[in-house]
Amino acid sequence: MQKGPALESSDAEAMSSKPRHPTLVVERGAAGVLILRLGGDWSVSSALPATASVEEEIAGEPAVTRLAIDASAIGAWGSALPVFLRGVQHIADRYHLALDTEGAPVGVRKLLALAAAVPPRGAALSAPERGFLARVGERALHVHDEVLGFLTFLGETIVAFGALLRGRARYRRAELALIIQEAGPRALPIVSLISFLVGLILAFVGAIQLARFGAQIYIADLVGLAMAREMGAIMTGIIMAGRTGAAFAAQLGTMQVNQEIDAFRTLGIAPAEFLVLPRVLALVLMMPVLTIYSILVGIAGGLIVSVGLFDLTLVQYWEETVASLTLTQFAVGLTKSVVFGVLVAVAGCREGMRAAGSAAAVGDAATAAVVTGIVSIVVADGIFAVVLNALGF
Amino acid sequence: MPSVSDPSAAATTGCWAASSEGEPHIVVRDLTMAYGDFVVMRDLNFTIRRGDVFIIMGGSGCGKSTLMRHMIGLNRPAKGQVLIGRDSLWETEGDARAGLLRRLGVMYQSGALWSALTLLENVALPLQQFTALGPAAIREFAAYKLALVGLAGFEDYYPSQISGGMQKRAGVARAMALDPEVLFFDEPSAGLDPVSAYRLDELILELRDSLGTTMVVVTHELDSLLSIGSNSVYLDVETRTMAAQGAPKVLLERCQDAKVQAFLTRGRQRAEERHA
Repeated sequence: MQKGPALESSDAEAMSSKPRHPTLVVERGAAGVLILRLGGDWSVSSALPATASVEEEIAGEPAVTRLAIDASAIGAWGSALPVFLRGVQHIADRYHLALDTEGAPVGVRKLLALAAAVPPRGAALSAPERGFLARVGERALHVHDEVLGFLTFLGETIVAFGALLRGRARYRRAELALIIQEAGPRALPIVSLISFLVGLILAFVGAIQLARFGAQIYIADLVGLAMAREMGAIMTGIIMAGRTGAAFAAQLGTMQVNQEIDAFRTLGIAPAEFLVLPRVLALVLMMPVLTIYSILVGIAGGLIVSVGLFDLTLVQYWEETVASLTLTQFAVGLTKSVVFGVLVAVAGCREGMRAAGSAAAVGDAATAAVVTGIVSIVVADGIFAVVLNALGF
Repeated sequence: MPSVSDPSAAATTGCWAASSEGEPHIVVRDLTMAYGDFVVMRDLNFTIRRGDVFIIMGGSGCGKSTLMRHMIGLNRPAKGQVLIGRDSLWETEGDARAGLLRRLGVMYQSGALWSALTLLENVALPLQQFTALGPAAIREFAAYKLALVGLAGFEDYYPSQISGGMQKRAGVARAMALDPEVLFFDEPSAGLDPVSAYRLDELILELRDSLGTTMVVVTHELDSLLSIGSNSVYLDVETRTMAAQGAPKVLLERCQDAKVQAFLTRGRQRAEERHA
């Protein structure tokens, strides 16, 4: 009973250099022995013959008790041969048959013995399957840990601020100056661009509606109020989250992976004071400044649209803006900006400090820092809206 | 003080050949280390004496570095104590604890130099933070420490600009900045060529001899631990506790424990049995 091509004809070709496909012929021998005759070149790039035929033979003939390999006709061999024979071994194990590899090359037999020397590890690493309730409970505990972790971190930062106020905090002034430089002045170009465009867009959207009633003059109120109360602080906060928060996470994450943060701890220097404090401080100082700048640039954007396209004069726009903006509006925007600054800096630093182990962890930390930063800005702004409304500002 | 020759955790196997001469410097008592529910090592009891070159040895992944992290205050023990002199590392808090930690110096596996600072600034930072020295004096102190480890002339280099071996030596210089009583080394030879590794070993011995600093070295480098170690613990990954204590050379000669012998002879004994 032969399947596949006959082997005799291939002997002559064995000398030729052209690689041949590996072949498998299953043959029934004497006394319940199934002989697997292998031929061709078994290189790593060649497709393995299917072992389905072997299984069919075994299934069709219950009297089989032993499998034997005859590899006398094979040419060159690489990893394909041991891999194939391991597959055959699995089949033999499944049907409780003996496998006789005497006919395989000596090298292959040694490799197989080496691969079988250490039994495969059990599935110890994979977590056991849990029920629905257990998974819900685990998620809840996870959320609990997350919130607790964030609060602990915030608490440490506040304690560090306490140390700063008492003049006992350990940090390097030179580093604080560098971080301020990086978070503040270097962010001006992008803050300019985004704020200008936001002012422009607000003016456009508002003007089209207001022009219907001939009330273009109120574009100035719209742009001024929106920038001062909301958009200035939010836009600057989001830019800081993407720019500076991510940078904090990447810096501290790399330091964590490099054990540089451990090195601070073992000197008795609290990372919360030495690393986190200057970063939070830098953003708390820079956010209000950038926000004021953003508000002014946004108003300028609105002005360009109003004067250029909707027939307002420069003086009209200016006077209307000044009339509509009270100091309260600015105070609201600036208060928000400080809170957003703290949130972005704390999110960035915390994610960085949590990074552990690898380069991938640093990337994850940067991503998490931006996401956490933006989400907390939006949530905080929602809370501000409710509270300010209740207070009547 | 538990006698080292008769630890409470002694199993029927294992070897206890530590000498009891010298003043105890670090005492690890009933220490159990765990990550969450996963116990890494339990029932560790040993004493490091002043001036020892103490080796923490064992196979890969057995918890050597974790043990070191418990001894330098980075990981909190699940159970047990670490005493530095008379003070318990995990029962002091606040400034007292920070002061206690500064009596220890640590060379991390990768050097862990602060990458934003030059070598000189790395060594100078602890001095700036914890001494009353002026800038000029700090510069001289830091330059001297760098010269001790053979890095004179590299003061203004950044860590990324020098080789791995030099980073490790700079790490030693930083660890020595505040003249600590104990220096910890995490895998000092890992990733170094044989000559650099040998030089680092020599440096450890010279510093011990000249400064009297107690050295604690985490390593599985046989040549190194046999030549510099005056005392050691062997952590067994299978039983999750210590299987031997004593000078590595003595353990090599006398210890009959199969696992310890296999470790100290690179498994040669087993190979000989197989060929016999």
